[in-house]
Amino acid sequence: MISIQNLSICLGEFHLQDINMDIEKGSFFTLMGPTGAGKTVLLEAIAGLVPIHKGNIILGGKNVTRLPPEKRGVGIVYQDYALFPHLSVLANITYGLHYRKMKRKDAQERLEQLIDELNLSHLLKRLPTNLSGGENQRVALARALIVDPKVLLLDEPLSALDPSFREEIRKGLQRLHAQSDTTFLMVTHDFAEALSLSDRAAIMNRGKIEQIGCMKDIFQKPNSTFVADFVGMKNLFAAQFKDTRATVDSLEIELARRPSKDHGYIAIRPEDIVLSKEPFSSSMRNAFRGVITGVLDQGLYYEIDLMVNDILFKSMITKSSLFELDIRDGSDIYLYFKSAAIHSF
Amino acid sequence: MVKKEPFFWVTVSCGVIIMAFILLPLIQMLAAPSLTMLKETIQDKNVVRSIWLSIYTAGLAALISFLFGTPLAYILARTNFRGKHLVESIIDLPIAIPHPVVGIAILSIAGKGHWLGQILSELGIRIMGSVTGIVVVLTFVGLPFYVNAVKNGFESIPPRLENVSRSLGASMFSTFARITFPLAWRSMLIGIIMCSARALSEFGAVVIVAYHPMIAPVLLYERFESYGLKYSQPVAVWLISICLILFLVLRLLTLHNRKEQ
Repeated sequence: MISIQNLSICLGEFHLQDINMDIEKGSFFTLMGPTGAGKTVLLEAIAGLVPIHKGNIILGGKNVTRLPPEKRGVGIVYQDYALFPHLSVLANITYGLHYRKMKRKDAQERLEQLIDELNLSHLLKRLPTNLSGGENQRVALARALIVDPKVLLLDEPLSALDPSFREEIRKGLQRLHAQSDTTFLMVTHDFAEALSLSDRAAIMNRGKIEQIGCMKDIFQKPNSTFVADFVGMKNLFAAQFKDTRATVDSLEIELARRPSKDHGYIAIRPEDIVLSKEPFSSSMRNAFRGVITGVLDQGLYYEIDLMVNDILFKSMITKSSLFELDIRDGSDIYLYFKSAAIHSF
Repeated sequence: MVKKEPFFWVTVSCGVIIMAFILLPLIQMLAAPSLTMLKETIQDKNVVRSIWLSIYTAGLAALISFLFGTPLAYILARTNFRGKHLVESIIDLPIAIPHPVVGIAILSIAGKGHWLGQILSELGIRIMGSVTGIVVVLTFVGLPFYVNAVKNGFESIPPRLENVSRSLGASMFSTFARITFPLAWRSMLIGIIMCSARALSEFGAVVIVAYHPMIAPVLLYERFESYGLKYSQPVAVWLISICLILFLVLRLLTLHNRKEQ
């Protein structure tokens, strides 16, 4: 569906070099990488919004490299929503219908369906400036999807939202993707977000693609230390589930509730892992003994690497805890976390 | 209450001095002529004609700036190209040039000695001593104010809005008409006000290119030269009152529209 061949872009100091990737029709593809990796530039290149120096972009078998954005059938949803501030929510959503040859009845039907799906009916007459982040994001999605684009580009659709809205929009995205033929291409710097939504991904760094493949491969077989660092940061583990128990290699981890059948991973936030010099009894269901293999000063806090059997955990502690616990490389440590602190997906 | 530093009082006094410096002469001038003199002045056909000519030529200068300056301001706000700074400096040039020099420069290409002057005269267009000439001069001095105001207006509109519009199928022109223009028209109006205010106040360049037909500042100068301060004041009062009313109406119109939105 999307085929990018030897794409190079020069924007002043910034370069994208020799980008190659293929994205299947109807899939949900994720582009990941740290800030400044060039993810948004690549999105804008696919949309036709930045000049291309070299290479080709092929959408649905058609070379669109030299086509203007309005002829590409590529929708884009920005992190800051980019809603037209002078138009009502309804006028924002229907903006693209002027340019799309669609029967009035079909257009009306599609509009109603999207309003319904994204729960926008009470907002239609309002101006975007008076809406919350989640509401704005839903309007932006409806506006992009109403013209039924071949490709929908999502630039960090969840990162600007409050956590409560994030889950709602994430589910919305999942539903919308399942219902349409549109290929979704999402940019994010959050690996868990990517895992929950997409099957394939590319990791970018400094204008280059570091690794591309299915989520599981990237996660289990990172091909560079950069990718390993990037995906390994967050205590993410492939797991097998049985009832409320997850098995990660040789470790048994207790979950708060039974995960869905399609889940295959667990994640624990570093700050949710409690460290102790001595074993103690507590209500926390998961307790392990490990060895400290690294202490990294991160300014406000310290990042601690811990090995439990062969599994690497990351934890975060303050400077004063570091001294109180006398944490140093190679010392033994007990780690605890609540079963409710474990996310499965 | 906390005791203020001396510096605070320095800033306050400077502010007061500047206010007085601007307002005192204006108030004095406005208050000087008697009502009968004002009435007599506005019944003087020459005065009415010259004020009307001033407004009309300044308006035309603003219109020309709008037509030619808007696309230029858009390009300057949206693109980066080699020599952009040079173009921006050239646009600002008329602000920096002494006014009589502007008049002389325009006359030097409008005369028969220059090919452009030749072409113009064959077409029957006269610059020297004509309304056309006045409009040319006023556009020359007013254009930078329009372009700069509108450029700032365009720059304050996120390019992402235009990107989204394009991705939804709108052409560049359609995007301009439906997104950029509705968001920028207020800055265009401000540009028009700035440009015509500058054009209305021009004297030095106009007096060289066209002493006749007389625009208001030239008439004012002539009255001052021939009859003295007392006879020029009522003309000045009428000129600035009419201008102030016009600008006020324009401003009110924009405020009114803002509320509607």
